[in-house]
Amino acid sequence: MTVEYNPDQKIPHPAMWGVLYKSSTPFWEGVKNKKIMLQKCKSCGNLLNPPRPMCPKCQSQENEWITAKGTGKIYSWVTFNEAPHPAFKAPYAAVLVELDEGPRIVSNMVDVKPEDLEIGMAVEVTFEDVAEDLTLPKFRKAG
Amino acid sequence: MAIESIKDKTAIVGIGVIDFSTNIGRSEWYSACQCIKLAADDAGLNIYDIDGMVKNIDDGPDPSYVQKGLGIDNLTYHSESHWGTSAMMNAVQGVASGSCNYCVYYQAAHRVSGPEKSISDYRVAREVKDDSLDMIRYDFFSPFGLIGQPGYVAMMYRRYMHETGITPEQLGWIPVVDSENAAKNPNAIFFDKPITIDDYMKSKVIADPIRELDCAPKVDGAIAIIVTTPEKAKSMKQKPVIISSNAAGMAPEGQFHTSYTRDVITELPEMKNMGDELFRIAGIGPKDIKLAMLDDTFTPYVPLQLEALGFCGKGEGAAFIEGGERIRVGGELPINPDGGLIGQGRFDTTRIVEAVRQIRGTSTNQVAGADTILVASGAGGPADGLILRKA
Ligand SMILES: [Zn+2]
Repeated sequence: MTVEYNPDQKIPHPAMWGVLYKSSTPFWEGVKNKKIMLQKCKSCGNLLNPPRPMCPKCQSQENEWITAKGTGKIYSWVTFNEAPHPAFKAPYAAVLVELDEGPRIVSNMVDVKPEDLEIGMAVEVTFEDVAEDLTLPKFRKAG
Repeated sequence: MAIESIKDKTAIVGIGVIDFSTNIGRSEWYSACQCIKLAADDAGLNIYDIDGMVKNIDDGPDPSYVQKGLGIDNLTYHSESHWGTSAMMNAVQGVASGSCNYCVYYQAAHRVSGPEKSISDYRVAREVKDDSLDMIRYDFFSPFGLIGQPGYVAMMYRRYMHETGITPEQLGWIPVVDSENAAKNPNAIFFDKPITIDDYMKSKVIADPIRELDCAPKVDGAIAIIVTTPEKAKSMKQKPVIISSNAAGMAPEGQFHTSYTRDVITELPEMKNMGDELFRIAGIGPKDIKLAMLDDTFTPYVPLQLEALGFCGKGEGAAFIEGGERIRVGGELPINPDGGLIGQGRFDTTRIVEAVRQIRGTSTNQVAGADTILVASGAGGPADGLILRKA
C-alpha cells in the first residue's frame, strides 16, 4: 500500500542543488546507494537529520556522515484525504519515523494502509524508485 | 531577560480596518493606504503626523510605497519584521526609544486575490512553489507528499492525541465557539450562524486528523494600528489602550509548524518563553488576564497556548476548551470574542484590533471588565505578544 502517483505529474524532487544549501546532498547521494545517511558532528557526536550548517549543541561545523541501520518506530503520521500536490493520489499517509539512532525522518510506508498505522509500530527502510530520476527511502513493517 | 523599560511606555490610539473579503478587487497598495487613513481618522491624527511605519515582510507593500501613497513628508523610523504580529514590537520600540512619535503598524495582504500565492496554503493547499530555498521542507518533506501547513500541523496533532488523549470532540469546541462569536461580528465573513459540535464532527477531514474547520481560511484584508506615547495619547480622540508589555520568543529546534526534531513536539516553547517575558515585564500573572486573544490559525495550537501561557497546566488544555463554557464570553477566560481567525480569516492583526475594541468597550461581543488582555501570535513558530490594559 505504497503511495500512488499520477504519472503525468512530476513528483516534488529534493532541490539538491539549491542555491542556499548543499548540505543535503550527501543524504540524497546515500539514498541512490540505498542507504540512509545521517550527519554526525565530528566534535560532539550529535546526529542530525535533516542536515544543517552547524551543530546546535557545540557549534562545530565539522561533520561526517554515517549509515543508519534503517530501523525505527512510527512517531506520528498524517493521512492526506485531499492531495496537496497533483503528483500524489489521495488518500495516502506521510509518516514521521524515529530511527533507532535517534533522529526522525519523514517518509511513507510501502505495505501498511493509513488506517492500519500505529504510533510505535516497528519499521525498516526500503528503497523505492518512484521516478526515473528519483529514489526515495520508504519504510515497511519490520520483522 | 530584557527591556523592562518598555512597560507602559506606549499606547495604541488608532485602528483602521477595511472590510474583509475573498475577492477585494483592489491592490494591496490601495488597501494599505486606505487602512492607515482610517486609523489616522480613528485616532484624530493628521496623516502628516505619522512619522514611523512598520510591517511584517510578507504582508503587502513596503513603507516606501505606502509613504509615497499617503503623501507623507518623511519617516524618521521604518522597518519590517517577520512572523505573527512581531512588527508590533518594532512599533513599540520605535516609539519607546523616541525614534518616532506616531508609528503605524499595517498589515495589508490580499491572500486570496493578491499576488502572493505560495505553499503556505491556508484552508486547502493546492499551489506549490518549486523554487523555494527552504531546504528542509522541500528536500525532506515534499518528496513524500508532506506538503502544506494543515499536513504539517496534523503530524504534530496526531502525536498530541497519542500523548494526551485529546480528541476531535474536544478540539472542535474552538471552531464552534469561534463560529458563535463570528456570527456576532459584522466584520467576520465566514459564519452567518454558529455551527454545532456535530457539524464540526461531520466536516471534511483534509489532512487527518486535521479538518477543514481546524484551519483559518485565507482572506483579503488590511489593518492599521497607531502607536504613540501615553502622554501624547492623553489629549487624543480615543481612550488610549496602554501597552503594558510586549515580547517575542523563540526556543531550540524551532521550525515553523514542523519542529519535528524536538524531543517533545507537542508543546509551544516559543510561546512559553514569550509569555513568561510578557508577564515578567507587566508584573502580573495569568490570573490577572480577563480575556485572551490567541492564535487559532490551526486549532490544535489553542489548547497548547493555554498550557504554554500558564492559563492551565500541561495536558489540561483539552479539558479547558471542551464544551466551550470556560472560553465563551462570560466564561472563566473568554478567547477570541471576535470569532478568531477561524471566523474572520487568517489575519493576525485582528487580535490586536479586537483587544483595543474590548478595552475601549466598543466590541460587538463585549466582555464585561475586559481591562487587561493578552494577545498571542505566532503559534507553531516564533512567538510574539502583548499585554494591553485600560489607561
Ligand atoms: Zn556538536
